[in-house]
Amino acid sequence: MSALDSYRMRLKRKKYRIRAFRKRRELKVVADRTGAIKRGHLLAFTTLRNERVRLPYFLDYYRKAGVRHFFMVDNASDDGSREYLADQEDVSLWTTEASYRRARFGVDWLNWLALRHAHGHWALTVDVDEFLVYPFCDTRPINALTDWLDGSGLRSFSAMLLDMYPKGPIDAQTYAEGQDPFEIASWFDSGNYMISRNDRFQNLWIQGGPRARAFFADAPTNAPSLNKIPLVKWDRAYCYVNSTHMLLPRGLNLTYDEEGGEKTCGALLHAKFLNTFIDKTEEEITRREHFAGSREYLAYHAVLKEQPDLWTKWSEQYINWRQLEILGLISKGNWA
Amino acid sequence: MTVGFILLVHTALDRAAQVARHWALSGCPVVIHADRKVTRSAYAKLQRRVKGMDNVRFVTPRRHCAWGTWGIVGATLSAAETMLAEYPDVRHVYLASGSCLPLRPVQELEAYLAERPRTDFIESVTIEDVAWSKGGFERERFTLRFPFSWKSHRELFDRWVAIQRRFKLHRAIPDPIVPHLGSQWWCLSRATLTAILEDPNRERYDRYFRRVWIPDESYFQSLVRLHSTSVESRSLTLSKFDSQGKPYVFYDDHLQLLRRSDCFMARKIWPHADRLYSAFLSNDPNVTKNAEPRPGRIDRMFANAGERRVLGRPGLYMQGRFPRNDRENGRTAGPYSVFEGFGELFVDFDTWLARVTGHRVHKHLYAPERAELAGGEQVYNGALTDSAALRDYNPCAFLTNLIWTTRGERQCFMFGPRDNQFPAGFMAADPNAQISVIAGAWAIPLHRSGLPRELMRKEAARLQRIEAGHLELLRARWVKARVRIWTLADFVEAPMEKLQDVLDEIVPLQGRRMTEVPRMADLGGFGRFLQDLKNDGMNLHLPGDFPADDFPEGPPRTMPYLVKQAE
Repeated sequence: MSALDSYRMRLKRKKYRIRAFRKRRELKVVADRTGAIKRGHLLAFTTLRNERVRLPYFLDYYRKAGVRHFFMVDNASDDGSREYLADQEDVSLWTTEASYRRARFGVDWLNWLALRHAHGHWALTVDVDEFLVYPFCDTRPINALTDWLDGSGLRSFSAMLLDMYPKGPIDAQTYAEGQDPFEIASWFDSGNYMISRNDRFQNLWIQGGPRARAFFADAPTNAPSLNKIPLVKWDRAYCYVNSTHMLLPRGLNLTYDEEGGEKTCGALLHAKFLNTFIDKTEEEITRREHFAGSREYLAYHAVLKEQPDLWTKWSEQYINWRQLEILGLISKGNWA
Repeated sequence: MTVGFILLVHTALDRAAQVARHWALSGCPVVIHADRKVTRSAYAKLQRRVKGMDNVRFVTPRRHCAWGTWGIVGATLSAAETMLAEYPDVRHVYLASGSCLPLRPVQELEAYLAERPRTDFIESVTIEDVAWSKGGFERERFTLRFPFSWKSHRELFDRWVAIQRRFKLHRAIPDPIVPHLGSQWWCLSRATLTAILEDPNRERYDRYFRRVWIPDESYFQSLVRLHSTSVESRSLTLSKFDSQGKPYVFYDDHLQLLRRSDCFMARKIWPHADRLYSAFLSNDPNVTKNAEPRPGRIDRMFANAGERRVLGRPGLYMQGRFPRNDRENGRTAGPYSVFEGFGELFVDFDTWLARVTGHRVHKHLYAPERAELAGGEQVYNGALTDSAALRDYNPCAFLTNLIWTTRGERQCFMFGPRDNQFPAGFMAADPNAQISVIAGAWAIPLHRSGLPRELMRKEAARLQRIEAGHLELLRARWVKARVRIWTLADFVEAPMEKLQDVLDEIVPLQGRRMTEVPRMADLGGFGRFLQDLKNDGMNLHLPGDFPADDFPEGPPRTMPYLVKQAE
């Protein structure tokens, strides 16, 4: 990396931070409970739109895992999400009618909130359909992980997106409020992921899984990125560049070992493929507020009409993190 | 007659207080030293937590205990002086930290020590023989000066070390000290500790050790050799370090492992491991075993973790492990075989091979139309699909994924010049690959393709060019695969011998010959076909020299020697 390159990255980082600062005006506060945050609290950051039915389980899952405060940006929900969240004691809520796309898919909003509130805290940035699993998550809370990361001098933790799907048509079973989504979407692809290194930002680019196989088999380049770095010991100088796929400064993206060893990493179980997905797809292709003109949703729409079954006889049914570790999707690294 | 504990604390004071209370209530004196960095209010709280215990003392003044500095030894010495002066009953002194947790009842430890009244439990390894520390310098710890903090003034530290090395500014080790290293956590007998503290030369030694690097791992470890009559060179505290020198941490899920280890003390414990603290801070006589500590299982667990971090699982590419070229420690997860030209020369070679070897045999995995997975499957292990576009998006990942997800089952597949050539270089440099080539065999299906002659010649030229490049690659010096190359003409001279060589490597037949042989494709008129291509002006060289009229008495359906072999 030349000095010029590093300087360009620095400018880019500043640009994103200024952007986040400008976009702060789009956020209207609904409930600000940030006064309750204490040193060492684990914070979660989320944007959402019309996810009312998912919220109770989402909050419950992360409360149990040790999240102490939720920062949520509601992008013009009209299904009661806002009212529900405003009543939660550990949620600080902002709302906005502004364009999700022009806020770089919510990244600017969350960068701003993190800049303001997360300095010195471990920050977990997840969508309402993303559920973090990591080594020993059945016996150790996230704080055990972050304490260990602190002790090892690590600032970021990667957790790739693992798309989960049901057996049979996606809308065959109806997700009920409060239900564990993985009772329905309990299957995943275990070994068809493709990785390359992004030299510019030094992160890994992971694609594959059921979405690449079912929706993008003819255009794999367009298959969604699955690499994510959702857990970061936040500093006000940091920013997410593109969703939670990568960060600046680039050193935060080096969550993998290049000498043959394994670094500790987890997975975000992705409960996207529930019955709610069908309506979401319909809505998103008219709103066009998602990445690349919602091309992802257009691809889904084209295939969904045929009522596809993502399940194959080689799909794995989710059991626990140990299974993911044996399959080589996550690693304990040297955390024992 | 009892054991006294010196407790060095700097964080998680609540837990330290809890442990101190436990020992004090069990009748053991405790002397606590808290780091100067501990705030006054936190210190006051700690004192309140042990208020009313008449066998707890605090060391004043508090010292700075930065890692790797004299402060820790100084604090230990002051605490030891307090302990020996105030508690004449104490026969052994145990040095522990605030993140230590006793695993066995105090009575057991007392009984254990009472049986060994003169023994000093301290890991003490001479630097001459053993590499004790991880990556840190050994002898130089004792011969250089370290006035700058490694943590806060790293650059000054490194530079000062470099300057001393350059100008050979070595300090003398005071006589009669022989440098020894070992774990910081010890348990010394009163006699030995008194001798160390009251040594007439102590001031000289202290002055020397003040500038030694990480003296807490060498001060007592070296001095004990001067004064002890019986050194048991091991620590009673179970404490392990990872490859980066960070101590491993224990959590609630280690409960059973710790219980079965029969160690007296463990560190570090995660401060929020509630189950560990509530389970072990009891002097329940029922758990008494009077066993010798056996940390073996825990050692193995941590050794595995260290290995995973440094070497990883061979052939695995994932978000936490993406080795650079040639740093893979195994490009693929297991051995596999690549057959080139066999599928063309033999009829149904793949089914035959699967039957004979019991391995998984695919047709052309890199065929332009689709990945021809075994059994014509559309989806395979790991949910790999037969889509050519997905495969060609990252052809090497397709291979490494296949080999990884089918671990324990050898994969064989056909390969040839019609296929995507991209992964060839990757396979050639992979010691797990066994590549066997019958050069020019692609001409056989071409011969029977019925293409117009002009097109046929063009296709032959194309395939020959690709294969020639491929063979050049396989003959490169850096190739690590097990490579065999024959021309087609060579191979059909004695096909079974050659096939046997290949198979012997992948199925140990224990000297048995194959009982079932594959059927060779009909080569009638093949020699003529090759000659015709040459007559059309093509420089056809890869298949080797086939006589233009190979089988003058008409095409045999099977080669005669194959029949013989079959009997």
